[in-house]
Amino acid sequence: MSESMDRRRFIKISSTFLGGLAFTAPLLSNSIGNMIVPNPESRISGLRTPTYCEVCFWKCAGWVEHDESGNIKKIIGNDEDQHSNGRFCPRGTGGVGMYNDGDRLKNPLIRTTINGKQEYREASWEEALNYIADKLKAISEKYGPDCIALLTHGSGGSYFGNLLKAIGSRNIAAPSYAQCRGPREVAFIGTFGEGIGSPERTDIRDTRCLVLIGSHIGENMHNGHVQEMSDAIDKGAQIITVDPRFSTAASKSNFWLPIKPATDMALLLAWIHEIIYNEMYDKKYVDKYTFGFDQLKEHVKDMTPEWAYGITTIKPDQIRETARAMANASPSVIIHPGRHVTWYGDDTQRLRAVAILNALLGSWGRRGGFYNPEKAYLPKYKLPEYPKSTRSWRDAFPGQFKLADLALASGICDATIPSVDDKCSFKAWIVNGTNLITTLPDQKNTLKAIQSLELLVVVDTMPMEITGYADVVLPECTYLERYDSIRVSGHRNPQIALRMPAAEPKYNSKSAWWMARELGLKMGLGAYFPFKTQEEELDWQLKNMDSSLEEMKRIGVKTFPREFDDLYIDENDNFEFNTNTGKIELYSTSFEEEGHSPLPVYTAHDEPPEGFYRLNYGRAPMHTFGRTSNNPNLADLMDENSVWVNPKVARDWDLKNNQYIWLENQDGIRSSFPIKVRVTERIRFDSVYMVHGFGHDSKKLTQAHGRGASDSELISKVLLDPIMGGTGMRGNFVTFKFKAANMEKNT
Amino acid sequence: MRYGMAIDALKCVGCSDCVVACQTENNVPIGYCRDWIVEKTTGTYPQLQMEIRSERCNHCSNAPCVRSCPTSASHYGKGGIVLVDENACIGCKACIASCPYDARFIHPEGYVDKCTFCLHRVEKGQDPACVAVCPTKCMYFGDLDDPRSEVSQIMKKRKWKTLIPEAGTSPNIFYLI
Repeated sequence: MSESMDRRRFIKISSTFLGGLAFTAPLLSNSIGNMIVPNPESRISGLRTPTYCEVCFWKCAGWVEHDESGNIKKIIGNDEDQHSNGRFCPRGTGGVGMYNDGDRLKNPLIRTTINGKQEYREASWEEALNYIADKLKAISEKYGPDCIALLTHGSGGSYFGNLLKAIGSRNIAAPSYAQCRGPREVAFIGTFGEGIGSPERTDIRDTRCLVLIGSHIGENMHNGHVQEMSDAIDKGAQIITVDPRFSTAASKSNFWLPIKPATDMALLLAWIHEIIYNEMYDKKYVDKYTFGFDQLKEHVKDMTPEWAYGITTIKPDQIRETARAMANASPSVIIHPGRHVTWYGDDTQRLRAVAILNALLGSWGRRGGFYNPEKAYLPKYKLPEYPKSTRSWRDAFPGQFKLADLALASGICDATIPSVDDKCSFKAWIVNGTNLITTLPDQKNTLKAIQSLELLVVVDTMPMEITGYADVVLPECTYLERYDSIRVSGHRNPQIALRMPAAEPKYNSKSAWWMARELGLKMGLGAYFPFKTQEEELDWQLKNMDSSLEEMKRIGVKTFPREFDDLYIDENDNFEFNTNTGKIELYSTSFEEEGHSPLPVYTAHDEPPEGFYRLNYGRAPMHTFGRTSNNPNLADLMDENSVWVNPKVARDWDLKNNQYIWLENQDGIRSSFPIKVRVTERIRFDSVYMVHGFGHDSKKLTQAHGRGASDSELISKVLLDPIMGGTGMRGNFVTFKFKAANMEKNT
Repeated sequence: MRYGMAIDALKCVGCSDCVVACQTENNVPIGYCRDWIVEKTTGTYPQLQMEIRSERCNHCSNAPCVRSCPTSASHYGKGGIVLVDENACIGCKACIASCPYDARFIHPEGYVDKCTFCLHRVEKGQDPACVAVCPTKCMYFGDLDDPRSEVSQIMKKRKWKTLIPEAGTSPNIFYLI
């Protein structure tokens, strides 16, 4: 055990170069790094190539414009694209920085021990992939293929997913579920029989009242939504923002409710009370489509605005006035479900309250509420049947999280740590495009799981922290250098978008499609990878959906007519919902079956101890998580985060604007790096706020290393959602320290 | 013809897309910018107001930078756009000192650089890059002398202000409030 603990020392990607060939490689790649390698194809096909963006999950489709010699000049939106309406956000506009970043991973790396010291050495693709294939085969034979897991974010997931299923494992998870939007999906499936999806099906463009609860549109740069919110402002829509922080959205709002953190459920229940008992709900809709109204009415009987005032600090008049504003706009009202909603552990129930409120106001399936999205049908080539998978991550959690409709990244992580009664702790992870060290809460736990692995393969474009724990690091080319799956996300109209290479892959990087296929071939699974090139695969798919690769290279985005239902529910239709009762379940029978409360209940959450403040975190419009903080173009817009402190708190602690301090959480974890203080009225006195994604400790991220502090490392307490396993992260409290942890020990 | 811009401060979310779009459009070196975001908060929690603005050269009709330039490198171009002839610029910084909006900087190649309203795009009938990219569509560009232009129309409908009017520079950037 001690040997295996030692085996995976964090290596800050300081590769040792062995042999003559490997020694020349970095010199060569450095010189290539300063040149832009034009894609010969782009020269032929004109001055622009289509893409869809991979800087965030919104996947806006656009054009990469080239100069006369074929070099990438800039990236702009495609006017036909429903995600961007022809306008890219700052991250998409600055996406070229991802391609130009000199810190990119350049060659495959294999962990090795030289004179007792762990190092990475550069390897050829052949060697790296053989190493992985041999290990995967050995692990599969020894423990069963189910002991291999894929943890993924982004486009490469589908290719590695195919590999995993071909090997015989279905343990494929994305942190975007249990660490982000999972509770929302489960709550809406439990209520309407359908989830929200991405991009969210909110009809903000035509809404008359938009309610944002902790959702900071404008700072979260969910492109289409930011655009539609601006359109809604133009059309005079009312905006109600609930946030302990005066967010950008709050500053655009007609009503800002500066709620006490962790009490949103009480406000939601009081709104439900107010709307029911003042008969402000959509009676016809509720009668026709919903189940359990009487139980709900009885349930919220005592949850008056006065009751909620004592909990939320929001005045009863404000609760009443905002409830009226919502009802006046009904059914063109959106109580926005948000996206990152894993806050306090009762998140699924909170989102149930959001769903119920929308149902009462009749906004689901109505103009200005929630539309019915439609997806283009993407033909799938018939592959041989995958081997049966017998064991799942769920086996580690008997009787728990049954309503989780997708796998939990945190669940796989927890199940990797060996326990006595465990048949199969995970033995190998393939980690694609997600920096698990910062995406999963409780870093100590993540590291414990990593130390228990026999193989960790990390695929990334950048030397993120997770790469330092890998046995093999595979350098992926950026989205500007590769094809990917056809984008088919549901929207107002079925639409497809193509991503194609705008340049040859820099350095020795390769696409996920190629890596997964090569591994498949080496493992004797070639039958699951029938296409020799990605062009061939895409062309086959596109020709089976009334297009072709040739056409898509020319137009980038193609829209199809809707085939199934209308954008909104036809009120003369007897619409049947995909729930047990066929109705919108105000009272959830599926929750009841699983032993959870069928109606949302208010629970009081822990409050910060004296001298501590609740740690709230969020987004900045020019960054996506921690993955853009090293992007030269985007770091130029914002190169570190700050901790927002109310002036009263600053006075108590004698904190000055722009002063650097350290944050320490309730478990004594101090930030590795200092963070700048921002004294501002925009934050409540009982909490602090910081933008997520800074404070990187990977030294190979030369721009981002040590800039700002990491909220992730301060999130050691996890509030687990018993319904679907979401990891609530807003139950952590911090205080201010004036020295680094190691300096304190020395004095 | 007088080119001008109206920026809706009620819609701007301060995302900096205008900044990065300008940088890539005009090859502005990293570390420099021709436009930028200003955020002003007033009041005490929870009685707060905030204005977010995208700022740049105001292309003043009475531009102190043009008056102070000893070599006439700073000059009025088509439609009153204030431009710098980089070959005539000697980098003396007199214009930088005279600009009340802090809109100019010394390019690493030694000359003074600033917003051109993307004249190269405007000449082709396109909007400046910042206007074209803005996700909130909060910017309007056009001929202020043409009462039918979008920018003239929106300024008729809405209340607006200019920055530092007391400097008497007659700026051509207007903020809708």
